[in-house]
Amino acid sequence: MDRLAYDIVVVGGGAAGLRAAIAAAESDPKLTIGLVSKVYPMRSHTVSAEGGTAAVMREYDNFELHCLDTIKGSDYLADQDAVEFFVAHCPEEIIQLDHWGLPWSRDDDGKIEQRAFGGMSVKRTCFAADKIGFHILHTLFQTSMKYPQIVRHDEWFVTDLIVENGAAAGVVALDIRRGELSYINAKAVVLATGGAGRVYEFTTNGFIKTGDGMALAYRAGVPLKDMEMVQFHPTCLPGTGILITEAARGEGGTLINKDGERFMKTYLPGKMELGPRDILSRSEIQEIRAGRGFEGPHGAYVGLDLRHLGEKAIDERLPMVRELAEKYLGLDPIHEPIPVRPGQHYIMGGVSTNMHGETNVPGLYAVGETACVTINGANRLGSNSLSECLVFGTATGLSATTYAKKTDWPRGTAAKEALAKEEARIFGGLMKREVGKESVSAIRKEMQQIMDRDVGIFRDEKGLTDACAKLATLRQRFADVGVADKDRVFNTELTQALELDFMLDVAQAIAWSALNRRESRGAHSRTDYTNRDDANYLKHSLAFRADGAPRIDYLPVTITKWQPQARKY
Amino acid sequence: MAGEKSITFRVRRYQPQGTKGPYYQDYNVPYRDDEVVLDGLNYIKDQLDPTLTFRWSCRMGICGSCGMDVNGSPKLTCGTFIRDAGRGGVVQVDPLTSFNSIKDLVTDFDPFMDHFAHVKPWLIREKEKPVAQGEYLQYPEDLTAYRQQSLCINCTLCYAACPVFQGDDRFVGPASLAMALRYIRDTRDQGAEQRFERISTEHGIWECTFVGECSVVCPKEVDPAGAIQTLKLMATTRRMRKLLMPKSAPR
Ligand SMILES: Cc1cc2nc3c(=O)[nH]c(=O)nc-3n(C[C@H](O)[C@H](O)[C@H](O)COP(=O)(O)OP(=O)(O)OC[C@H]3O[C@@H](n4cnc5c(N)ncnc54)[C@H](O)[C@@H]3O)c2cc1C
Ligand code: SF4
Ligand code: FES
Repeated sequence: MDRLAYDIVVVGGGAAGLRAAIAAAESDPKLTIGLVSKVYPMRSHTVSAEGGTAAVMREYDNFELHCLDTIKGSDYLADQDAVEFFVAHCPEEIIQLDHWGLPWSRDDDGKIEQRAFGGMSVKRTCFAADKIGFHILHTLFQTSMKYPQIVRHDEWFVTDLIVENGAAAGVVALDIRRGELSYINAKAVVLATGGAGRVYEFTTNGFIKTGDGMALAYRAGVPLKDMEMVQFHPTCLPGTGILITEAARGEGGTLINKDGERFMKTYLPGKMELGPRDILSRSEIQEIRAGRGFEGPHGAYVGLDLRHLGEKAIDERLPMVRELAEKYLGLDPIHEPIPVRPGQHYIMGGVSTNMHGETNVPGLYAVGETACVTINGANRLGSNSLSECLVFGTATGLSATTYAKKTDWPRGTAAKEALAKEEARIFGGLMKREVGKESVSAIRKEMQQIMDRDVGIFRDEKGLTDACAKLATLRQRFADVGVADKDRVFNTELTQALELDFMLDVAQAIAWSALNRRESRGAHSRTDYTNRDDANYLKHSLAFRADGAPRIDYLPVTITKWQPQARKY
Repeated sequence: MAGEKSITFRVRRYQPQGTKGPYYQDYNVPYRDDEVVLDGLNYIKDQLDPTLTFRWSCRMGICGSCGMDVNGSPKLTCGTFIRDAGRGGVVQVDPLTSFNSIKDLVTDFDPFMDHFAHVKPWLIREKEKPVAQGEYLQYPEDLTAYRQQSLCINCTLCYAACPVFQGDDRFVGPASLAMALRYIRDTRDQGAEQRFERISTEHGIWECTFVGECSVVCPKEVDPAGAIQTLKLMATTRRMRKLLMPKSAPR
């Protein structure tokens, strides 16, 4: 066992975690920063983002407009003070990344180019061909290597938070390679563990997006906010869930049904294919239910048509789209429409924080997709979330720095106790149990299917009640899960079991929050309560962990200047 | 994964805490034509043998974690179809050569990270421009000059294919050297001198014998072999310039 201590421990090496670590390192070179990540940082799922990252950069645009688009997109569930802060700080983050070497796509005048994106009323999305996430992640990761005070623990898996006298005091983590648990003491802990898409079966999210940070905070008494708000992306490849970026529509791609009609003219004639994602996803499902979808080996789908853009534009601006379609479907988008259907994509909800990344536990911070500030409310606009990771990554890194500097090292026995508890739970319990009738893969699959079916794009009381009951049973069954691999070194069967344990908590929080929100708002669409109900539900859901079902409470939405209005496009 | 067809996956196993040395284990895997080798491995892990150990995440060819030897050549398993790999009747999967196996198909990635950090893969400036003064201007053709090398996903397939690295793991290696060129060619960077000091060395560019296999196996067309050739030329020119015009050393 190692005895480790850092002023700040950042859990997660995606865009949010790296940005926070660098901000802390730059603000005070004397601080020590531990960066703990269950995968090498450049494997983080930020890598998969294709389309771009939003910021007001040019004369034709302004902060008011970016705020309004974001707030309207959120169906008025975003906190407007946070949105104003966010919008004002996006541009400097774009410039900062330029100064760190990000290969932005450029206009002929040498400045950073911008493209159209759904729900954004002007061209506001900065991009790097269609690999923005890849480039942001690699630029930040490579930049982070300059700072000797950032000490990485690659392939370390955080299993628990240490809380001493009510304040965060570090983490317990499994060194995957050695198969040993250690505690890492810290004055401040930043959770930047990304989303939880893998609680669903059909998702654009990588295998590692299992909501660990949400569950860690939840278990430490932090509420999860707006968990029912789950984004489904309208253009995913059937079968794999691989995403075809919204930039494909930003560049002029259209959605067609089996009769070759641009069906969005029925649902959203004002915006057509550039409407927000929740509306597009619902329209596709309605079109398919009306019998106007194509039929394929993986079920019904609609077509994303890029043919009219031509080979040159596709190769220059959407090379990855062509690569993915050719590689995974064996078709060339220059000649054929791409089969697509909606899939889980992003979680608007998460660890409840304010705009400084603070939670209700002193010294515990959360940022990025794992957090809920919230600028996204009931529906995130595409290309706002990378900017969110950057803006709030910086803000959170700085608030953690300020806090760490005025805080003493934890002195008590909490770390030792937490380590002993985790030893007993993981190596004394889980690893000792034999594989019996319950397996990680079977329970995981059942959970994912429940979520897809009953907590998906359209929801109702009956389905949600059923899902809550079934998830509770899965939680009980999980207690019998054992591990066949008794070799501690790099035990992915063990880490998958720990991830499933986290996901079951997250899934329950989503289902219960959805059951209790008896209205339709943004991505949360109830067939039994089809209208938005501001009188009762203009508020954030908070799920607190309790024995059995989570306890659901509410928090008012902060409104500054934009009074809620009907969301019309 | 119900399919009519099935095929044998022959997988190299190694458990560090076990008593046996490495061995091969066969699994019968059903598959469809649109499934990749990684799907087959996940079928084994979920349905047949939860102890099988490998890395993966994005399954879309961008995170770089699923590289393995498939029938003897380094591949991203999420981008290699079973129908193509299995033409000989068996899909044989080994950990990438060149690096030690930690367990089954998981290799030790730290040696790569050390070589990569060695080339200073970050933008170096003599003086930073304040953020408030805006971006550095860069024209589309400036971007073209380094874009290819900026596409490296750090999958290390090129190291697995490199005979020089296999013979001498002190060789800085293809992807790391390509990354050095990526920054040297970036109009915003001023760190060429520092990087050449690190790479124009015995175990740097001069150890490469231009076999070119690295560029053949690279899934992102980074062309590390071409990058190293370019670096050799640049290094030679710099040396000449320094000899002839000692005062005007290039930045
Ligand atoms: C396919 C796709 C395309 C997208 N396109 C766009 C786009 O164009 N524009 C946009 O703005 N957004 C886009 N998004 C959303 C955006 O990419 C993500 O929301 C964002 O990258 C999340 O970053 P993050 O830093 O919060 O988390 P991640 O990048 O997911 O990183 C999480 C980190 O936490 C670590 N971690 C997790 N659990 C543990 C644990 N238990 N112990 C230790 N470490 C742990 C992981 O190792 C990882 O390093 C896209 C998302 C997807 C899936
Ligand atoms: S150069 Fe190519 S093969 Fe080598 S690590 Fe980079 S992407 Fe992989
Ligand atoms: S799983 Fe990410 S590259 Fe293959």
